[in-house]
Amino acid sequence: MSALRLDGVHKSFGANEVLRGIDLAVEDHEVVCLIGASGSGKSTLLRCVNLLERLDGGRIFLGGEEITARGVDVNAVRRRIGIVFQAYNLFPHMSVLRNVTLAPRDVLGLSRAEAEERGLELLARFGLEDRHDEYPDRLSGGQQQRVAIVRALAMRPELMLFDEVTSALDPELVAEVLSVIRELAEGGMTMVIATHEMSFARDIASRVCFLDEGLILEEGPPAQIFSNPRQPRTEQFLQRIIEAGRL
Amino acid sequence: MASEGDRRPDPEVARRSRLLEGLRLEGEGARGVAIALLSSFVFVAVVIVAVTQSAGWPEVKRAFFDWGDISNAFPDIARAFVLNVKIFLVCEVFILILALVIAVLRSLPGPVFFPLRALAILYADLARGVPTILVIALLGFGAPALQLQGVPTSRVFWAGVGLILIYSGYVAEVYRAGIESVHPSQEAAARSLGLSRFQALRRVILPQAIRRVIPPLLNDFIGLQKDTALVAVLGVIDAFNQAQIYSNSTFTYGAYLAAAALFVAITIPLARLTDWLIARDRRRQQAGSAFA
Repeated sequence: MSALRLDGVHKSFGANEVLRGIDLAVEDHEVVCLIGASGSGKSTLLRCVNLLERLDGGRIFLGGEEITARGVDVNAVRRRIGIVFQAYNLFPHMSVLRNVTLAPRDVLGLSRAEAEERGLELLARFGLEDRHDEYPDRLSGGQQQRVAIVRALAMRPELMLFDEVTSALDPELVAEVLSVIRELAEGGMTMVIATHEMSFARDIASRVCFLDEGLILEEGPPAQIFSNPRQPRTEQFLQRIIEAGRL
Repeated sequence: MASEGDRRPDPEVARRSRLLEGLRLEGEGARGVAIALLSSFVFVAVVIVAVTQSAGWPEVKRAFFDWGDISNAFPDIARAFVLNVKIFLVCEVFILILALVIAVLRSLPGPVFFPLRALAILYADLARGVPTILVIALLGFGAPALQLQGVPTSRVFWAGVGLILIYSGYVAEVYRAGIESVHPSQEAAARSLGLSRFQALRRVILPQAIRRVIPPLLNDFIGLQKDTALVAVLGVIDAFNQAQIYSNSTFTYGAYLAAAALFVAITIPLARLTDWLIARDRRRQQAGSAFA
């Protein structure tokens, strides 16, 4: 049984068909990287999995249960899936620790002491313990994004989604965020990562999916996708990335 | 960022410069301030001389500025003004609550909530469209006249209800602007953590929205404080009506000035507080962008 399975997922915004039948299965402890040009549907796919977008067709299963069925408690589903956004989306009116403890306390019903213990432990693990009292706008982009990852992890999700989490960062801050994700991969976290960081994807992914115009055009182990793509469009895309000096 | 910290301004200098900024005197230096003081002094002197030397001044003085009339009337008007302040304080609490409910109803998404949204819009339109004095007269004369069991007959009560109904329409719009100013990604972040719509609203959206609309809210409360004088149309003895009673007996208008001074004594501090809050928000935003 797959940790996550997508069956023929369709999604349109108006006349714009963004996902045109996505089939994907992610096994436990697998790290799947989604690559592809902007607008190929990577972000929309992740938002559909987290039920932030309503599907126009197809079904999604989490741990074998369909989460796109009628009458499913979306809040209960989202509790089990962590998502990290490109723009961090931290709550600016709350301290770092409050950002991290809000959902464990309000959604999981943890006591303040339990939630803070869990939060401080996670912050310490990612080198943020001395920042727990700060407000987000006092942190660098890299620190904010690490807090956003900790905020998602504090819910102890069974699946983590990363939506181009380094795209808004200054180049020198990218590494600190990627190393956090790498550590999660080593810890066996099941993850789906939309990214433009090709060398990172080659390094960390157990499988790479190339999205093109709302379809998974090609998927396989990173070694095969990056050095020996079967589809001409994949080759074209990677060629442009190499020319841009990003691989 | 390090260089930001190194040249952090001296707080005393910063405080002074903010004061000058408010008076549009920043960057003028001591000479500029001296010129401003001198020109203000000359200006006031010229106005006083021009007014008191004009032909009609003795008449104006007798009608409006008779110190005896004013000080005679002041204690009673001040006592009556307590009622205006009470109405203001009580109504304010109910307005804040009712308006928030209306604004939240209006922000509910999806087709299911259409009737509630439509109702909230209709309410805001009506409340802002009907003259306040009309609603107060309608309720203040109409509701007690029904003589229904359990319906209060106090005119002050119904005037208060009228003010609450009208001002909630305005304040709801202010709240709504605040709610809409919070970026949708904040709600997405909250919901993605498993928070319900209500939890996201309470913990994430509203705290940010309300912080942003405090200055315009205070603005509406300045208006409310003034409009408490409308209870006078019901014959309730508030500061305005008390002033009218004195004025009618002396055939002068100093009593009105006394009442006006009392209103201004409350609304001017509110106005300055509003300005201060707006300026503080602006400074915070500028400080925030240094870290963006």
